[in-house]
Amino acid sequence: MSWGFVFALAATAYGFKVLGLVLVGDRTLPPVLERCLALIPAALIAAIIVKDTFSIGQHLQLDARAAGVGAGVIAAWRKAPLIAVIVIGAAVTAAVRALA
Amino acid sequence: MRNAGICRVWRDERLRAVAAACVTLGFAVGVFAVSFGVTSVSAGASVAQTCAMSLLVFTGASQFSAVSVIGAGGSAASAFGGAALLAARNSVYGLAMAPHLRGKLATRLVAAQLTIDESTAMAAAQDDEAHRSAAFWITGLSVYLFWNVGTLLGAVLGSAIDPTVYGLDAAFPAAFVAILWPLLRQRRPALSALIGASLCLLLIPFTPVGVPILCAALGILVGVPAPVAVAE
Repeated sequence: MSWGFVFALAATAYGFKVLGLVLVGDRTLPPVLERCLALIPAALIAAIIVKDTFSIGQHLQLDARAAGVGAGVIAAWRKAPLIAVIVIGAAVTAAVRALA
Repeated sequence: MRNAGICRVWRDERLRAVAAACVTLGFAVGVFAVSFGVTSVSAGASVAQTCAMSLLVFTGASQFSAVSVIGAGGSAASAFGGAALLAARNSVYGLAMAPHLRGKLATRLVAAQLTIDESTAMAAAQDDEAHRSAAFWITGLSVYLFWNVGTLLGAVLGSAIDPTVYGLDAAFPAAFVAILWPLLRQRRPALSALIGASLCLLLIPFTPVGVPILCAALGILVGVPAPVAVAE
């Protein structure tokens, strides 16, 4: 790996991060845009959840992770604190993997 | 005025609970960072390059993707392309976070570096403005700290844990479920989460990694119709 690669990736990543903040900036947005932008975290984080649970690269795959995240969903529903959800999600996945 | 608000929040019990959750998430990310350090060094990057990536790129999914492609013998161009596609979603997060990160330009330029999955999710889960920006900053800074310490440990020690043995790869989707939970109990965020997740699943087999998450942003169109006024 070259240093050029590291710096080019760093500049690109930062460029993306700053882009959204700059585009909106201090502007007062029309209400419809405000309503839509407020939904971004729900839409994207939900996508990340299913990607991390059900896929490897471009392949869909149902494995121990689904059991772990499923247990995490139950824990979240039962209002378990974040640390408990993390530990339960990891532990159930590890247990199913060990048994399989 | 803003400072007075922050001081009030500091004494707030709920803020302490929020802060504890943010730091917990940061710590979990730090454990995962150890495996990034190991993967990166074994893919041929030096310890300095590995640490520079975590300090400067600071986007876990992109970093993992880049070193995995290079480690598997892929070209720098394909490693870069995949990593850049995965980093692109942070610009969408920036759009969502901008209204909550107003202030001095310098502050916003620092906030930009911390605009990632974890800080955005944690901020979105709060239901008032003061907690929202506090959650963003506390999560962003603690993830930054733990991600870099973890990377250094992994890069130097080299003999770290295999995250899959301990199920750590499922810990993050589980954590995001818990973080999003309060949002999912409201109709519109729940609907856009459902659309985003479905689009992502549908597109995974057919599009390059990173693209399904960007397309999931179409779920925000749920916000277009004006909310129906609720009779008092």
